[in-house]
Amino acid sequence: MREESGVLAVQRVSVSLSGRRILDEVDFALHGGAFCGLIGANGSGKTTLLRTILGFVTPTSGRVVIDGGRRLAQIGYVPQKIVLDPAIPMRTRDLVGLGLDGHRLGLPLAARARRRLVDAMLEAVGATSFAEQRVGELSGGEQQRALIAHALIRRPRLLLLDEPLANLDIRSIAATVSLLRRLALEYRMTVLLSTHDMNPLLPAMDCIVYLANGRAATGRTEDVVRGEVLSRLFGEHVDVIRVHGRILVIAAGAGNGASTDIERNPEHVVQVP
Amino acid sequence: MFASFLVNTWIVATIVAATAGVVGFFVVLRGNSFAAHALPLGTFPGAAAASLLGVNPLFGLLTFSGLGVIGISQLGKAGRPEIATALSLVMLLGLGALFLSMSNEYSQATYALLFGEVLGVSSLDIVPVAVVSVVSLALTTLLFRPLLLNAVSPELAEARSVPAGRTDILFLGILALTTSAAVPVVGVLLVFSLTIGPPSAARALTNRPVGAMLLSAGLSLLTVWASIALALLLGWPVGFFVGGLGALAYGLGRVWMEWVRSRRCRALSG
Ligand SMILES: Nc1ncnc2c1ncn2[C@@H]1O[C@H](COP(=O)(O)OP(=O)(O)OP(=O)(O)O)[C@@H](O)[C@H]1O
Ligand SMILES: [Mg+2]
Repeated sequence: MREESGVLAVQRVSVSLSGRRILDEVDFALHGGAFCGLIGANGSGKTTLLRTILGFVTPTSGRVVIDGGRRLAQIGYVPQKIVLDPAIPMRTRDLVGLGLDGHRLGLPLAARARRRLVDAMLEAVGATSFAEQRVGELSGGEQQRALIAHALIRRPRLLLLDEPLANLDIRSIAATVSLLRRLALEYRMTVLLSTHDMNPLLPAMDCIVYLANGRAATGRTEDVVRGEVLSRLFGEHVDVIRVHGRILVIAAGAGNGASTDIERNPEHVVQVP
Repeated sequence: MFASFLVNTWIVATIVAATAGVVGFFVVLRGNSFAAHALPLGTFPGAAAASLLGVNPLFGLLTFSGLGVIGISQLGKAGRPEIATALSLVMLLGLGALFLSMSNEYSQATYALLFGEVLGVSSLDIVPVAVVSVVSLALTTLLFRPLLLNAVSPELAEARSVPAGRTDILFLGILALTTSAAVPVVGVLLVFSLTIGPPSAARALTNRPVGAMLLSAGLSLLTVWASIALALLLGWPVGFFVGGLGALAYGLGRVWMEWVRSRRCRALSG
């Protein structure tokens, strides 16, 4: 069955930027319909990995295989930290429409079929109420919805989102995660979503790509987020503590100045709800 | 004879103005203002060289705006496009100084090139100017969606297979064509006001991308028509009016936007 086949295979991918090795033999595959978290501290290479999957960055070795080839036609992408200029005359519906045909030549004509697609997409992400508003003047959470609609309107098989939960308050984070989970099921879509804090994803995510030191630990969440697996990844002893339904990853050396990715990312250490 | 000269002037000015409004829409959206300022200035020595050699000034303008594009895009490869633009401009202007010093009958022609003159237009070969202008108008319309998406976010555009680097160079090329056709009509110093004033006003006045582009073209046409009429009436250079009306359009656009905003705020609060 098609759903069972691998949609994305990252095969022993290494990436160096300006002579520095950022990713080191990262290797994993996502099966159809997976909802996967790409977890790592700031600078761990999440954006670099997503850009490599998109083909914007060429790996120094290894390769990325997208089922069915034709990479960009199959991937929807929501980049990190997009600043939509409020001076640009563009409504939410225009941005979503560009997701459909922004690469085409000529003026966007007001075809009824196009309008119907855009309306349906706006509705699906809950953006109907601000469809006619200028995108640059929307709130961060609203812009996020507009960008998700932009990425989804072509019904990609794989959706990559780079830190879509940053800059959102707790309620919007939960709303965005459940929106994405619902859309993934509805559109039978594979999702890879980067975030530095895995906790909001725990109810939704069924697999994880955990990045540290340029390497990745991947698999089902409960198989990866374990002390011995992450200790091997970080190259030092870390403890995984579950409290109040949250997961804390704590390095033993966090207090004595040892420089690890965990320590540089205080969210992993201080997570008192 | 007077009438036919006027008709030609109006035709070419109309085409040039519509193009400047349409291309200017993307200049403003993409934040290419400095290049839009530098390219016309950089074409100036081209016109001087052409008059020195006795060839059609349009050749000179096209050659030098082409050199400008190469300079900006090649020097700009390392990032910092403003510095690349400034460097290219300075090099071209240096040549301009040289060419001007070699020519001896420049004052009248130079003046027309700098500030634009209705009479300057009538002395041109109108057909090539119109053709160049129409080509850049057509290219911009054709590339509307990729250019728009790239202006919103180069990264989103890349994800829709619109390469950022090639888009930048292509647009600079379009800007160079637009500039070369517009310089003889409104002058080197004031092409800029036509590619900035009307589009800045237009983007404030509507939320629709295509609507804003058409409005920009409309405002640009009004500016140029009114400027030519006033120039004929008062005998002052077209450039004076183009600059003034362009700035006025922008100012009115800003005032309108502030007014709409404050009205919206009041509606929300009360
Ligand atoms: N073009 C580049 N040239 C050189 N180094 C780069 C380049 N882009 C990124 N890097 C480096 O690669 C490392 C990983 O960067 P990346 O942006 O992928 O991290 P990230 O996990 O997305 O971080 P964040 O959570 O802050 O978004 C960083 O140390 C960064 O400095
Ligand atoms: Mg990142």
